[in-house]
Amino acid sequence: MAMITPPPGSSLPADVATPVDLAEPDGATHLTAVEAEELGLAPAVKPRSLLRRGWEVFAENKLALASLGVVLFIVLFCFVGPLFYHTDQVHTNLQQVLCPPSGSHLLGCDNVGYDQLGRLMVGGQTSLEVGVAAAIVAVLFGTVYGAVSGFIGGVADSFLMRVVDAGLSIPYITLIIILSVAFHPTKTVMIFVIAVFYWLGVSRLIRGETLTLRTREYVQAVKVIGGRSRRAVIRHILPNAIGTIIVQATFAVADSIIILASLGFLGLGVQAPATDWGSMLSGGLNYLQSSQSYWWLIYPAGIAIILTCIAVNFIGDALRDAFETRLQRR
Amino acid sequence: MIGYLIRRFGQALIVLFFVTVITLALVHVFPGGPIRALLGPRATAQQVATENQQYGFDRPFYVQYAKWVWQILHGNLGFSLKLNQSVASLMTQDLPKTIVLVALGTIVSLVFGVPLGMYQAVKRYTVGDYVLTGVSFLGYATPTFFVALLLVEWFAVDTHFFPPFAPQGSSLGQILAQPRALVLPVIAYSFVLYALWSRYMRSSVMDNLVQDYVRTARAKGASERRVLWGHIFRNSLISIVTLLGLSLPTLVAGAIFIEVVFNYPGMGLAFYTAALNDDIQVLLGFTVLATVATILGNLLADVSYAMLDPRVRYS
Repeated sequence: MAMITPPPGSSLPADVATPVDLAEPDGATHLTAVEAEELGLAPAVKPRSLLRRGWEVFAENKLALASLGVVLFIVLFCFVGPLFYHTDQVHTNLQQVLCPPSGSHLLGCDNVGYDQLGRLMVGGQTSLEVGVAAAIVAVLFGTVYGAVSGFIGGVADSFLMRVVDAGLSIPYITLIIILSVAFHPTKTVMIFVIAVFYWLGVSRLIRGETLTLRTREYVQAVKVIGGRSRRAVIRHILPNAIGTIIVQATFAVADSIIILASLGFLGLGVQAPATDWGSMLSGGLNYLQSSQSYWWLIYPAGIAIILTCIAVNFIGDALRDAFETRLQRR
Repeated sequence: MIGYLIRRFGQALIVLFFVTVITLALVHVFPGGPIRALLGPRATAQQVATENQQYGFDRPFYVQYAKWVWQILHGNLGFSLKLNQSVASLMTQDLPKTIVLVALGTIVSLVFGVPLGMYQAVKRYTVGDYVLTGVSFLGYATPTFFVALLLVEWFAVDTHFFPPFAPQGSSLGQILAQPRALVLPVIAYSFVLYALWSRYMRSSVMDNLVQDYVRTARAKGASERRVLWGHIFRNSLISIVTLLGLSLPTLVAGAIFIEVVFNYPGMGLAFYTAALNDDIQVLLGFTVLATVATILGNLLADVSYAMLDPRVRYS
């Protein structure tokens, strides 16, 4: 497998993108490439060009680009929207409880008088922030755990993986519910409550990846030239697993948003006046049975969740294709 | 094979040990300890100390653990002061109802997911495939409770086809006597699972379609129908059985949300109520039960995989 590094002897600065000839036979350049990297001649270029080519494949996928647009729109809507659409999202207003959509309240009001469109923005901030942060925490920890476990192998690996098995055997929802009952749920707490369960699956996947990668020649070569294990993991195994890691992180965002929404729906998420899309739906549940239809209580928040998660899932799918195509081409 | 079974069983026991330790440790994450959570903030320090002693929470963790496991092995899952009922009797009352819901939902999702997934694989990259792919993506991205909300809104509130609540009653017989009320909960429950099975079936059948044994079957002149059902279906089914064993946590999670939305009087609703009331004994009991079920499910999945697929050899 060809290393994507500049030809031996080249001392190109790291920020100059090096066109890599895919058809280049890799036999002779292989060891020297590793050596070159060991000498610190060509850092940073390799992961960068990997990502770059992933992006090229990704950009060909129209559905993925559209999804990216949708996600960007939702982010702008939630974080920039409140600057233009001013609403009071801290004080309840009992005079306008359940008011239908009108000129002053474009999406009406909820069951305690918050403007529903403004609430959608504020709730979206929580959903997106917690979703992304939980995904990052879980994937970072799971990646390190899985890579270490897979790389050292032996008894330690078995032990570490049995711990993961045990964690995965507890139905995650019970674990998450107990944790969110035990701690006063704030944004930070929710991030860790979700991450505490989510890293398990990631670590197992990255361990699998590491097991394959550690037998590759270039990782073996690090050992042969006396490189430390830490170097092998950080500089060689993780950059090559970056595709899997990024794809996992993407799906993790969608899953975290759904988990947060589910908890919010059960009334175990962030506490009022803070809200998220799931907590907003929880308010709508009580008015479902009434004779009058309060559609603005359930559709906006529900559609926001679905739209975000579908878009993120499509992006994840496209990323997987992008990185797999790269593998096939090599 | 026997050796593999023994080793796999040993692994399950180790996992079971870890899990029970983690579960019991969860009790102590409650701020101020489990008794403070139970008695509330107004209890005096002395009351808390007395109760701690009575429950044995003041003993070292390994003593607590040993006593707890000993009690569980004797069928004693603790006593819920909030419900004034033993956890074991709560379970015998509520668990069958949850099992009925889970079983019905799983069967319905399989009945639709497996054939439609196969259809998608055979007619891949056609309009039908894209539409069904869209449906399963929708299934992945829609939280279970929102599916339930929409079904209630459309088929109960707007059109009155079905009652908006799940069947009520304390015994299983009363539940089964109201089949109309079961329709919406079961559909809502099976939607996410449908997405899971159909996606899986689609990729599994597509993998199998290019295998040598399919080419051989075709070369022998087997009809397309026979190739599909006699060969590919049977081979893909093996992985579905495994997947079924592994997806118990998903099934449990789905049950909790459906039971809460529809007010279905099962174990999931009892767990949710316990969570709101800090009813630790019920939380513990339910978690242990669900966990043991999951470990057993994984074990069965592995064993059935080894038995159903003669190519799998474990040394």
